[in-house]
Amino acid sequence: MNALTLHLPALQVIVPMLMAPFVVLLRARSLPWAAATATSLLTFSIALQLTMIVMDGNPVSYEMGSWVAPYGIELQVDAFSALVLLIVTGASSVALIGGRESLASIISTDREPFFFAAWLLALAGMAGIVVAADAFNIFVFMEISSLASYVLIAAGPDRRALPATFKYLILGTIGATFYLIGVGLIYMMTGTLNLGDMELRIHEVADQKPILAAAGFITVGLALKAAIFPLHVWLPNAYTYAPHIVTTFLAACATKVSLYVLLRFDFFVFQQNLAGHEFQFAAYLMPLAVLGILVGSVVAMFESNIKRMLAFSSVAQIGYMMLGASFVSATGLTAATLHMFNHALAKGGLFLATAAIAVIAAGCRLSDIAGLARRMPWTFAALVVSGLSLIGVPGTAGFISKWYLINAALELETGGIALVALILVSSLMAVVYIWRIVETACFGESVETEVKRVPTALVIALWAVAIANVGFGIAPDLPLSLSAAAADILLGHVR
Amino acid sequence: MNAQDAILVALALPLVGALGIALAGRINGNLREAVTLLTAGGLALTVWQIAPVIMSGDRPGVTLAEILPGLSIAFTVEPLGMLFAALASSLWIINSVYSIGYMRGNAEKHQTRFYVMFAVSLAATMGIAFAGNLFTLFLFYEALTLATYPLVAHKGDEKTIRSARVYLGLLLATSIGLFLPAIIWTYSVAGTGDFTVGGILAGNLQGPAVGLLLALFVFGIGKAAVMPVHRWLPAAMVAPTPVSALLHAVAVVKAGVFSVTKIIVYIFGVDNLFGTVGSGWLLYAASFTVIAASVVALRQTNLKRLLAYSTVAQLSYVVMAAAILKPLAEIGAAIHIVAHAFGKITLFFAAGAIYTAAKKTELWQLRGIGRRMPITMTAFTIGAISMIGVPPTAGFVSKWYIIAGAFQADNYFAVMTIIASTALNAAYFLPIIYMAWFESEAEPPEQPHGEAPWPAVLALSLTAFLTVAFFFFNGPVLELERQVVAGISP
Repeated sequence: MNALTLHLPALQVIVPMLMAPFVVLLRARSLPWAAATATSLLTFSIALQLTMIVMDGNPVSYEMGSWVAPYGIELQVDAFSALVLLIVTGASSVALIGGRESLASIISTDREPFFFAAWLLALAGMAGIVVAADAFNIFVFMEISSLASYVLIAAGPDRRALPATFKYLILGTIGATFYLIGVGLIYMMTGTLNLGDMELRIHEVADQKPILAAAGFITVGLALKAAIFPLHVWLPNAYTYAPHIVTTFLAACATKVSLYVLLRFDFFVFQQNLAGHEFQFAAYLMPLAVLGILVGSVVAMFESNIKRMLAFSSVAQIGYMMLGASFVSATGLTAATLHMFNHALAKGGLFLATAAIAVIAAGCRLSDIAGLARRMPWTFAALVVSGLSLIGVPGTAGFISKWYLINAALELETGGIALVALILVSSLMAVVYIWRIVETACFGESVETEVKRVPTALVIALWAVAIANVGFGIAPDLPLSLSAAAADILLGHVR
Repeated sequence: MNAQDAILVALALPLVGALGIALAGRINGNLREAVTLLTAGGLALTVWQIAPVIMSGDRPGVTLAEILPGLSIAFTVEPLGMLFAALASSLWIINSVYSIGYMRGNAEKHQTRFYVMFAVSLAATMGIAFAGNLFTLFLFYEALTLATYPLVAHKGDEKTIRSARVYLGLLLATSIGLFLPAIIWTYSVAGTGDFTVGGILAGNLQGPAVGLLLALFVFGIGKAAVMPVHRWLPAAMVAPTPVSALLHAVAVVKAGVFSVTKIIVYIFGVDNLFGTVGSGWLLYAASFTVIAASVVALRQTNLKRLLAYSTVAQLSYVVMAAAILKPLAEIGAAIHIVAHAFGKITLFFAAGAIYTAAKKTELWQLRGIGRRMPITMTAFTIGAISMIGVPPTAGFVSKWYIIAGAFQADNYFAVMTIIASTALNAAYFLPIIYMAWFESEAEPPEQPHGEAPWPAVLALSLTAFLTVAFFFFNGPVLELERQVVAGISP
């Protein structure tokens, strides 16, 4: 390992963070975009290198300023982090590459530097959450990414973006506060913030009641941020009114990062170290996951705004991830973590397609896209491919994670068949809502639209994602080995 | 070229051909049609090369990709798949000749798209024929649905689009909603989905669950058109006639009954299923479809719709034969795939030729048409006789084996069904033949016409010839399919 490779975990965060103030200074048109895109691609390549390093199963640990953990700040990258880092940096890069014209059309030139600086801060914050190994730095990065995300969402062209942002801000802050209260309680009882250290010391605590309370606060706080049903209320509006490219970025990774923290915190610190925690985790999250899957899918079936439809579909898909995690088995956790990756691909593709449609269509309601498929066959073909992946049709990435999820459910001693039926029924509901989009676009009466061309870069980005959906459905080795390793890591902390 | 290479070439050649057709289409029509014929010929040659290997008892296979442990894209050729692939690829040549006559004769639009999607459909058909496991079968099954959609919606007007929607919606919904869960269920109880001699479910699944799984498979494979999932087939008749002829009498519908047969033989295992209570319903469901579809066909006034319902009935013959679960009946199922293909493609060719030459689509318009189009109507008559099952035609051979199989199982219900449906077939085909030959035209047509363009006439003469020839020369096919039933208790 050469000198630069050693510092990769730190660079993953520092590069976008330091580029953010620099981007503010760039005044020429398109330059902020170019700088942000270049930075994003750089972080993506760092994530790829980190993935290569941790592939063989050895996590990389980094001590900030050479201060030894648990006294200094520790960064840690293992297979699970690498998987999420790939999602975050990949989503950001693809969205930026495809999104120049789409963003330029809604953000005035003088505000562009601030917008892209906020984007980079959101990216840095999310990367920071993933690599940080202590509870407090996770909170700091969570705040950085959240504040930056509020700015990004508020940039939406519709005035309703503002109340949507406000709602998100209030609920996001409540979530973060809950998390902080929980961390505070644990710090009070154990005297440490480092997750690894916490895991060891939690046994020495005589009175575990405050820690049980902390577990409750942290689970609820992070569930709010991860939009786990019924704490998802901020999500549909935020996704609907944000700029399309921002929705692409956030839908692909924002909630997954919170879910990552939830799983990591829970499995490192609480699982089986804490009497009574099973109730808070598996017994509490599984019904919520089931409800989330059903409610999200049903609402999506009847929603007429495409972006809201896809947002509710996200609520259901987060339910799949939670369902897998709530099995607390190797297969279940593999399914959960793999579905993070595969859902990012599918939903990213669908929202990118929405961005392309919005170039021509007057809005994002189903009635606005009637008959559009005849005018934009390439966009809709990519939309169909991503949609098939969301449904989980064999040959696409979505199938692989559903396959694992179903197998995990069948491993259960009781109720497995019912859960399999649930997964199949909700997949059929996904068929219904994706079909509604396709049917309207292909068979609807054509509506008046603007005569514009979809930017080539957007079509290329869209197709890159669509092809990735098929590619990772036929050769899922990379995400599969990462998520299998992630499941091992998480279960390794359960004794 | 060894058999493994031949499998891969058979899958890739139509796709390469599709690309070539698309490129040639930009230059001119003649070149495009030449590429189509070349591809079709090349494909048939490739597929026929595999036949001797299968005859000698080998089962060549290739694994393309292993997606997850136990879940792979793999191909294995066995007698049923061999027969289906040889049938579809050979008839594609004749159908392409016919297409040239039909598409030009009717001055259809978007001809390049038509030929390209046809080639892609054939690639998917080859994938279905050679699939070595359920997962691979499903992938190509879906690919075939999607590839044939532009062909069904070819005309592009509102009525066509509406029918095409039924086609796509029904086939996709049944496959994702029923077929896929059945596949996942199979993999989870058996640990594999490979097509294995003797089946993989024996000992893994008992009782009523077997019947339920069978139902998921039979109704999930909507292409087999067992009632009530048959509605897509009449809807698909809005397509140009060459599409109805090759795809909706041979490739697509036979992919359905072929899959059902293959699943009964290689997944459930014939003997295993015969001994299981709860699997008997399939015979009755198929018999019901045979009779009900024939009755509906009796009431049709449009020639192509009549043929479509006749196809629904004939497809259930295959399913019923497979469900008798005796060796001779399984042979009958396989042979009926061939026999019906020859007869029905001839009938569709004739219907298309009549439309091209005279623009006639309804039954009452056909009075006296035999005198204007003697070759076409002779072929039509041969096809119809084969549908009824009268010697010397192909239809007689398969019915013979199905009835023999029914007697092996002492299943008199199946025998009665065949007798009743034979009567019904005669009831709806004979009046047409009588009208065409022995009545005279009500009024002379506005423009006097003769036969359709010569490629169309050539094609339908060839298939009519095959229908008769199969009666006299079917030894190798029988010998091949006997390998399927080796080991099944009589």
